[in-house]
Amino acid sequence: MSQMNMIQALNSALDVMMARDPHVIVMGEDVGYFGGVFRVTDGLQRKYGEHRVLDTPIAEGGIVGTAIGMAVNGLRPVAEIQFADYIYPAYDQIVSELARLRYRTGGDFYAPVTIRTPCGGGIRGGQTHSQSPETLFAHVCGLKVVMPSNPYDAKGLLISAIEDDDPVVFFEPKRLYNGPFDGDPNKPAVPWSSHPKGEVPEGHYRVPIGSAQVVRPGSQLTIVTYGTMVHVCTAAAAAMNVDAEIIDIRTIAPLDAETIRTSVKKTGRCVVAHEATRFAGFGAEIVATIQEECFWHLEAPIQRVTGWDTPYPHAFEWEYFPGQARVRAAIEAVMEET
Amino acid sequence: MKSRLHVPRAPARPGERSDFSYLKLSPAGAVPRPDVNAPLSELQPLATELVRVLDDDHRAVGPWDPHLAPADLELGLRHMVLTRVFDDRMHRAQRQGKITFYVKSTGEEAVSVAQGMALRPGDMLFPSYRNQGLQIVRGRKLVDLMCQLLSNTRDMCKGRQLPVMYHWREGNLFSISGNLATQFPQAVGWAMAAAIKNEDRVAASWIGDGSTAEADFHYALLFAQVYRAPVLLNVVNNQWAISTFQSFAGGEAGSFAARGPGYGIPGIRVDGNDFLAVYAVTQWAAERARKGYGPTLIELVTYRAAPHSTSDDPSRYRPKDEYERWPLGDPIERLKSHLIALGEWTEEREAMLMKQCEDEVSAAWREANTHGSLTGGPQLDPQTMFEDVLKEMTPNLARQRMQLAKELKKS
Ligand SMILES: Cc1ncc(C[n+]2csc(CCOP(=O)(O)OP(=O)(O)O)c2C)c(N)n1
Ligand SMILES: [Mg+2]
Repeated sequence: MSQMNMIQALNSALDVMMARDPHVIVMGEDVGYFGGVFRVTDGLQRKYGEHRVLDTPIAEGGIVGTAIGMAVNGLRPVAEIQFADYIYPAYDQIVSELARLRYRTGGDFYAPVTIRTPCGGGIRGGQTHSQSPETLFAHVCGLKVVMPSNPYDAKGLLISAIEDDDPVVFFEPKRLYNGPFDGDPNKPAVPWSSHPKGEVPEGHYRVPIGSAQVVRPGSQLTIVTYGTMVHVCTAAAAAMNVDAEIIDIRTIAPLDAETIRTSVKKTGRCVVAHEATRFAGFGAEIVATIQEECFWHLEAPIQRVTGWDTPYPHAFEWEYFPGQARVRAAIEAVMEET
Repeated sequence: MKSRLHVPRAPARPGERSDFSYLKLSPAGAVPRPDVNAPLSELQPLATELVRVLDDDHRAVGPWDPHLAPADLELGLRHMVLTRVFDDRMHRAQRQGKITFYVKSTGEEAVSVAQGMALRPGDMLFPSYRNQGLQIVRGRKLVDLMCQLLSNTRDMCKGRQLPVMYHWREGNLFSISGNLATQFPQAVGWAMAAAIKNEDRVAASWIGDGSTAEADFHYALLFAQVYRAPVLLNVVNNQWAISTFQSFAGGEAGSFAARGPGYGIPGIRVDGNDFLAVYAVTQWAAERARKGYGPTLIELVTYRAAPHSTSDDPSRYRPKDEYERWPLGDPIERLKSHLIALGEWTEEREAMLMKQCEDEVSAAWREANTHGSLTGGPQLDPQTMFEDVLKEMTPNLARQRMQLAKELKKS
């Protein structure tokens, strides 16, 4: 075990997989010599050479298109898209090709591509460095979509993603790269070394894709969330002194509905939280699932906590971000009729 | 024989000796200047030569000399110096935590300033994030630019955009996007509309060497050629795209200008640090467009002397002294030396100009700050964030706005 922040944990996952499997290659803008703008691929080119850690042209569609071709020819590419906000030029390759290749060829062709990309706000990045577009991928059949909330899960999930024979879009909440974040930008930054999930094994291990985790057991209500909001919700519930059961879904697609169902049947109350916009956001899918499967156990309407339905505004980052105040209001609303 | 993957290399990395031997230069005055209606076959050499006007003795030579009046040269110098002083001051403001982000254009000021001056005020510009000189040439007040950088109550973007993503409707300067290359086809579309409406206005857009890899670059060239759109498509080849050398965008195979002829568009490679050459080439391309001969692809060969942005540390990926060894020098020094050689300028006047620009920037900065910043002073109302998503606010957004109002009242 050693202390790692999320960047180091992701780097370690890539390192472990490149050492185990010569077919694993890393590619993307500035990922080679430089080691990535967030330094996730630092040192890999020096260690594994220029043929396994490729700096690419600035062409996201080209990156994913060539990754598909490489994967079809036996490699396991891990492509970095520098910011999730810049993934759209690759959308056609992901949606029309990567996601459907297995299906349309009756299983004869498939492309084990992992697409890593930093997402989310909280770093004053404005509307082009802050987006959370996971829903745009969750809605596409044939993709797995993952978003870890801590270094331990990040490494274990990235290893699972690389080993997976299906394509995985792997979102990294960039506000969590260097430490957990409870939603209060005025507090001093906390490093991962202060958090149990900053303890990361050096070698190979997996966190399974498609499995949620109860990060805090509780009895009064269930909070279903992922990414940065795991930490915001945990802090908000603690400050309110409610006994919340907090579920980090970790994988968006396929969704671990069983863990959610079990919890909501127990608590009867539920808040769903994510940073992405609300309208047709992934929260809607979670809420619908709960409604279908736990309706008779519900004691109150389910509440959603989300970013607003606007682009991420630079000046109003913290009015936009679903911070503790918004979580608190939702918890109060679902607890009202006790 | 078996195939072997070729991976381009930067000519030098930290600890290695800077090497610009890859750069193909032509002597000043050596490249012919064809008529704007010359057939493509005659224009072909322009794509691989390098149009230069200023020679080593700081004289203007050859057929591309635009014969600008000394007053225009002085104005160009003034705009470039002001751009540089503005950049330095704003970079420092970011370091002091007054603004969140900044991008300098140091070393490439001639691109925006000479090109901006060679175009007409009615021409529509689609800039990248490193074209602040265009704003300055067009007369955008520094205070207005600074208010955008501060995301304050006078910010033209109403606090919604990252610093440097300016726009100016009245000044015919389109909104800058954080997403690379997107404006290139948009500029072509604007120019197609000008042609549909039979106007004599032209469009111009700027893209970095690295960004030419995006599909949007190629769409732009194709549409521009197919419809003979009156547009200037400018590639600012400043050698680097963050840490990635221009060879990763295809620069190893030939020039960026040479992409033009492949699409049936003339390409011109020009010394981007030679104010006169940039002016002349732009004027030539604009005349071509205005007269109905269609688009031109211009490659401006320059060097990004500053970090990519305030988030970047170039000492990690390129030799520290690279800029000192850059063979095309500094655009400001070169125009200044030319003016001195003409007997129209002195070091004293240069010092005075510098001081004037510094005072102008300082005064503007003081004024801009009275309109607030993210850390203090007058503040924009956060509830305005729900406006302009669509022309009319939807009931859904109106509800969210009320929810935010409640949230803010409680906290
Ligand atoms: C579609 C897209 N992909 C990636 C980025 C991230 N990015 C911002 S600037 C940049 C480098 C651009 O280099 P170049 O085009 O040469 O322009 P320069 O910065 O040198 O002026 C990158 C990769 C982005 N903004 N948009
Ligand atoms: Mg560049």
